[in-house]
Amino acid sequence: MSSTQDQSELFNGTANVGLKDTRSVDGTDTRAIPAFVFGEELARLADHDPRIVVLTADLARSNRATDFANRHPERFVNVGIAEKNMITMAAGMAASGYIPFAATFGAFAALLGAEQIRTDCAYPGMPVRVVGHHSGMSMGFYGTSHHSLEDLAMMRCIADLTVVCATDANHLRALLHLALDHQGAMYIRLGRGRDPQVYPEVPDLAIGRAETVRDGSDLTIIATGSEVHPALQAAGELAAGGISTRVVDMFTIAPLDRDAVLDAARSTGAVLTVEEGNLTGGLGSAVAECLFEAGARVPFRRHGVPDEHVPVGPPAALYAHYRLDGPGIAAVARELLDSKGSSR
Amino acid sequence: MPLTSTDQPGTDEVARLADRARFVRTETVRLTRIAGAGHYSAVFSCAELFSVLYYHQLRLDPSRPDWPDRDRFVLSKGHAAIGLYPVLADLGFFDPSELDTYTRLGSPFGDHPDMRRIPGVDFSSGSLGHGLSIAAGMALAGRMSGSDHRTYCLLGDGELAEGQIWEAAMSAGHFRLGNLVAIVDANQLGIDGFVRDVMAAEPIDGRFAAFGWQTHRVDGHDIPALLELFTGLPAAADGPPQLVVADTVKGKGVARMELSPDWHVGNLVGADYDDVLAELGQERA
Repeated sequence: MSSTQDQSELFNGTANVGLKDTRSVDGTDTRAIPAFVFGEELARLADHDPRIVVLTADLARSNRATDFANRHPERFVNVGIAEKNMITMAAGMAASGYIPFAATFGAFAALLGAEQIRTDCAYPGMPVRVVGHHSGMSMGFYGTSHHSLEDLAMMRCIADLTVVCATDANHLRALLHLALDHQGAMYIRLGRGRDPQVYPEVPDLAIGRAETVRDGSDLTIIATGSEVHPALQAAGELAAGGISTRVVDMFTIAPLDRDAVLDAARSTGAVLTVEEGNLTGGLGSAVAECLFEAGARVPFRRHGVPDEHVPVGPPAALYAHYRLDGPGIAAVARELLDSKGSSR
Repeated sequence: MPLTSTDQPGTDEVARLADRARFVRTETVRLTRIAGAGHYSAVFSCAELFSVLYYHQLRLDPSRPDWPDRDRFVLSKGHAAIGLYPVLADLGFFDPSELDTYTRLGSPFGDHPDMRRIPGVDFSSGSLGHGLSIAAGMALAGRMSGSDHRTYCLLGDGELAEGQIWEAAMSAGHFRLGNLVAIVDANQLGIDGFVRDVMAAEPIDGRFAAFGWQTHRVDGHDIPALLELFTGLPAAADGPPQLVVADTVKGKGVARMELSPDWHVGNLVGADYDDVLAELGQERA
């Protein structure tokens, strides 16, 4: 494969996403899985909801806002490569009654637009939905400039900002529905757009309530976004070794589902968090705060990307490198259980 | 009702607006004493702009602060809020006595305006460089929803160093937001000195013109000239966004503050307080 093909395979282009490269994070064939349903689902919702507008910053081909633009061109705004202006303009539109979805790479939405999200969206309570896609290190060999490993930590410390991660296509559909009637601003974190299916149907979600996607009794893996599917794979592998694993999809980062965290500690006696992000301040930190403050002393480990700039490599290689694929997570879980003293 | 461009504002109207500009300045002096510090000079430069816009130009209904077809006003230079609050109270958006809580713990009225707490504030501001994007979003929303309202945005000249201003300027020109009016209070000073020395913004009109705006330049303290300009703006329709460069003097009206970098934030105490109120033509408070 030439380097040009490599780029298009990884990157944008409506014809490419989810079609050319059928290998996902863990090697699953994703051909049958809708890539980005973002534009298509919003276009459908907008047929009946005149409040919906979509903004992007010259990435409509990447995030499939084209699917919205084709159906509702009068409610589509491409601001060019100007993310700060996009987010603040969205806030201005929200002040006039619209529900703007402003989408760009997570790196540019959350890091470049952090102050606009805080000051113009969260603080005045504007119903702007900032959609950060290609989050984590899913941009692979594009390198640090295009990775958003800090976004969960940065977004969750902003007051009056709801922070959620989409797990798969059906999950994203549910989040987009929820977003229409949710008060205040939201940061919606999407993966690369080809995340393998976790939810066979559109789930009935509530902000602040995590989804238990597999039950178990020896350990709970609390994962979010792109890491829920490999966490389920890990649970399957652990089951073969006689370890019963609960998997909680903590898509709701802020507010966190504290009950689900404390129940996991109480019922399974060990907690492992898994996220595609820098370990400083993200999901694992949020869960640690919750456990420690509640006095829950159980074997606990945060798993994610260490506090470093990741090396260049294709996404799948990076997930394997950081043990964020199914086998890697299973190995980390075994290490944790060994420390618990119950292990095999 | 706003005058049309063919009407000649009478001397009574000009005197009324001059009186309201004086009111903006004296109230700023009064409220600053409550807080113990305030942005006098950045309000004094735009007192006539506040007066002409709020008492003559803007289409507002204080009994309906959320009226969808009202004109919008975004105070991008949010530190001038201390001069805007008394205007909103005077127009009837809220009881003027509420201003006595200015900056006290839990007050709706801080140094920068909070739209959630203050009726008549169309958007919260304070972080320089954001307001023109807010206003562009509002103007775009107005066009999308079929409303004929205008959106006005008041910027500082020092603020033009913020890069986001130019993102917004580019987008407003590109989207032909003819219902958007940006006003630059070109009062010549930032915190560290003259804008021309710290980071030159001129030619402001030429720069905006290059971004597709129709530009105007006016003495920002000349009420008849401001009236003529604002009432003569083209219809709020698809077309170039409108830029008004208002040449002003930071600290205008109080000799010790005019073009002085020492008064960006200050506090008048003792006899100085009385002297300044006297200079502004107000009886001792």
